[in-house]
Amino acid sequence: MIINAVQIPAVVFQLTQLLLVVLAAPLLTGWVNQCQAWLQNRSGAGVLQPYRVLHKLFLKDAVIAYNASWLFRVTPYVVFGCMWLAATIIPIIAVDLPFSRAADVIALVGVFALARMFGALAAMDIGTAFGTMGARREMMVSFLAEPALLMVLFTASMLSHSTQLPYIVSAFSRHQFMLYPSLAFAALAFLIVLLAENARIPVDNPNTHLELTMIHEAMILEYSARHLALIEWASSLKLFAYFSIGIALFLPYGIAEVGHWSALPLSILLLLFKLALAGVGLALFEALSAKMRIFRAPEFLGTAFLLAVLGLLIHFLLSA
Amino acid sequence: MDAANILPIDVAGAIIALLVGLGLLGLVLQCLPQVICNVIFPLSAFASLGLALTGLWALGAIPDIAVLPLGLPGLPLHLRLDPLSGFFLILLGGASFGVSLYAAGYFKTMAGKVSGLLCLEYHIFLASMAMVLLADDAYLFMVAWETMALSSYFLVTTDHNIPDIRKAGFLYLLMAHVGAIAILLSFGVMQGGHALSAYTFDAMRASHPTPFWSSVAFLLALFGFGAKAGVVPMHMWLPEAHPAAPSPVSALMSGVMLKTAIYGILRMTFDLLHAQIWWWGVLTLTLGLLTAVFGVMFAAVQEDMKRLLAYSSIENIGLLLVGIGLTIIFHVYGKDALAALSLTATLYHSLNHASFKSLLFVGTGSILHATGKRDMGRMGGLIRSMPWVAALMLVGVLAISGLPPLNGFVSEWLLLQAFLLSPGLPNSYINMLVPVAAAVIALAAALAAYVMVKFYGVIFLGQSRGEVMEAAHDEHAHDAGFWERTGMGWLALLCVLLGLAPVFVVQQIDHVTQRLLGTHLGNAATGWMLLAPVDTERASYSPVYFLLAVLGVMLATAWVVHHYYHGRLRRGPAWDCGFPAQNARMQDTAEGFGQPIRRIFEPFFKIESDVPTPFDTHPEYHGRSEDRLWYLLYLPIKRLTEKLASWVSLLQHGHIHLYLAYTFVTLIVLLVFV
Repeated sequence: MIINAVQIPAVVFQLTQLLLVVLAAPLLTGWVNQCQAWLQNRSGAGVLQPYRVLHKLFLKDAVIAYNASWLFRVTPYVVFGCMWLAATIIPIIAVDLPFSRAADVIALVGVFALARMFGALAAMDIGTAFGTMGARREMMVSFLAEPALLMVLFTASMLSHSTQLPYIVSAFSRHQFMLYPSLAFAALAFLIVLLAENARIPVDNPNTHLELTMIHEAMILEYSARHLALIEWASSLKLFAYFSIGIALFLPYGIAEVGHWSALPLSILLLLFKLALAGVGLALFEALSAKMRIFRAPEFLGTAFLLAVLGLLIHFLLSA
Repeated sequence: MDAANILPIDVAGAIIALLVGLGLLGLVLQCLPQVICNVIFPLSAFASLGLALTGLWALGAIPDIAVLPLGLPGLPLHLRLDPLSGFFLILLGGASFGVSLYAAGYFKTMAGKVSGLLCLEYHIFLASMAMVLLADDAYLFMVAWETMALSSYFLVTTDHNIPDIRKAGFLYLLMAHVGAIAILLSFGVMQGGHALSAYTFDAMRASHPTPFWSSVAFLLALFGFGAKAGVVPMHMWLPEAHPAAPSPVSALMSGVMLKTAIYGILRMTFDLLHAQIWWWGVLTLTLGLLTAVFGVMFAAVQEDMKRLLAYSSIENIGLLLVGIGLTIIFHVYGKDALAALSLTATLYHSLNHASFKSLLFVGTGSILHATGKRDMGRMGGLIRSMPWVAALMLVGVLAISGLPPLNGFVSEWLLLQAFLLSPGLPNSYINMLVPVAAAVIALAAALAAYVMVKFYGVIFLGQSRGEVMEAAHDEHAHDAGFWERTGMGWLALLCVLLGLAPVFVVQQIDHVTQRLLGTHLGNAATGWMLLAPVDTERASYSPVYFLLAVLGVMLATAWVVHHYYHGRLRRGPAWDCGFPAQNARMQDTAEGFGQPIRRIFEPFFKIESDVPTPFDTHPEYHGRSEDRLWYLLYLPIKRLTEKLASWVSLLQHGHIHLYLAYTFVTLIVLLVFV
């Protein structure tokens, strides 16, 4: 962030990623949905469907409840901004991202928390039964998922001696296919957190409107038009960000090193391949599992938390 | 004395005298409540600000010592203003500036209750807290400490005609004195039975007791100060006393008074006892973890808004103890850079907690005045009738939840960095404790966000609940007045500034760590924008850039959306999946929102609930979650005390001849043995 240390390529990398992320995120959601459709023997709406939905939503008139306060109207922008920022600071195409220095992994978790807090508060703003229920359940899921995510990131930080994502990723990408036992636990915990935080089966179902089982959808029931579009887009960005974290921590190979212009096209191609693969994996997992009762979710997430702590403990034991 | 020779300590002393004077003036002018509110409280607020500036001045200066010609024969009163005292003076002054401004408005609207006595107690309370920080001998320290306890006891029992408040006050007084006795004994152990002059802190600093006696003194101090800070299991008074007091007093007690206990622990451990033994740190760390999780868990199930905040204070005290414990461990093992990091995190968090907890507590005062209720389950939708309070409280809520770019996040970040840097301690058990402790801290922080969503959501958002509330809403629910707004505005500003300028704050704290540990954090030469405690490759954080980025992205989005599409907006009834006949009772109450926590952590609570039958036409659900420790620890001690007292009372008959016989027997026994 110091002006003289920021080179032009780094800024270009950062801006490329900024745009790439926000444009590609709905594509990822469309891809996951399309894979699900194929697995369910449907032809599906195509990978571009999320863009059409967003366009339609932006064109509509927004309708909000009589008693909605300013908090309700600001929240979509806050959530969208936070998620965009989160997806932007994770090194996926190039290691050298100048903004990563302003926000490390702990701040990354903080960004997610900020978005979640605003989301939950906005859900309570109208004062409907489903809104508050959604907010309560979202907070219940997250109070276990957030520390688990933090522990996963800590394991990675311990291994790479840094909480800065660029340093973590470049440390991991240099150690070709080296297996850390603590990272294996962390990976397992991360998968569970990814499912829970992105409102996927088995914790939540992104396609449900069956009122009593929904979490995330219950929170955003009152939103329409551009507000809803921003929140949907933010959800796509969140999924993208989580996939990026997974790729950055566990599969960083092929990422462009500092100042390597020539490596950029290859690294983007590789990234697309990894994301597509991860999307297939997510769709497959969702097809194979069933949604669990709401009070099984804490046990599920508790497992993730314990796994993540175990990973950290193993690191301490092996390094001591 | 000419102007160049005035030292920070002289100014601090003068301000303390001024505070006492203002209190006395309030007593004299008690028939003029307008003057008390409009003149005395604002004046005292500026006196507090002066105290904070003096503290800031003293941070960089060499410690000043003053000896007053008062006190015991052979032990005059010693005062000392070193960086540690200076730092806590900043905390005291900064928080009480906002709280006193707020109090000017609050006591004005407290119809017919403002009295000169309240004003006196308030100022004595402030002055005694400042005196605790300046004291440099055990005698003055204990006098100030007890004055602080007593004045706050009288403030807690301001509404003494309510039996529950009398009970809460008694419990507070009891715990305060049990703690004070332990502190006194601790001083006694450190003094080591020498001359009276050995009661000065200087003499204690110089004396090096054996590890055994050091440990005894440490344990007594930890117990004594822990009772004041609300460390589990001595926390029981805190959720009773804090809600009972008027809100500005709750704010001072929670924001500042608890920190004097933290000051006490730091002073004893690092300055007087030189933190020498590793298990002190482990004990403090473990107690801190217990306290943090316990506090936040109970905060999640509270229905009374002030009790919720009180439990949240217990959680924060837990975090502070974790920081202290970690500092002791690192210091003992000679890792002074890390010790400086965790001590910085601890001090930073004290400052943060003072700002946001004071803000939230005074905010509850405005709500209390507007609605007359403390039960959150009867509120709702206050963001519409009290926009100012709602906006300012949102800052506090986001800050206490540890969200960037506000201040709560910075101290949490520093503390987690300390954990992350810790591998390689020579003791393998501690090495295993550290990751578990980091996990527990992360869990407590995440739960704190849960608690705060509940606090803010149930009070300010949604529709207003209950008929009582509906009626009260139109007539009384009004926004805070000028003084209240100004006070809260200052505290909210503190939350923002402490969050945005961490490098500056850390540089100030460096003076304290340098003094206590002989080393300081520094900032790896990165300028004021980037906080990088170790080096930029390991970790860095820049709240200003962060805020700019979030705001930039948000504004750009808003502009694009409104420019390329449209900004049309209609209002309509809430949709709620098309369910008809929605009413305010269908929202979550405070109990409802806490239900998942109650269910997940069921074994920790003593739960009583009445569930209505299906045929009940007006169903009311009640669930009470109580503290098992009250039944497992406090009541047995109470019963034991009563039993002992009843045995002692066997000696008491009230017959004069029996007492004469006791005297006679004693005399004989003494004659035989001596």
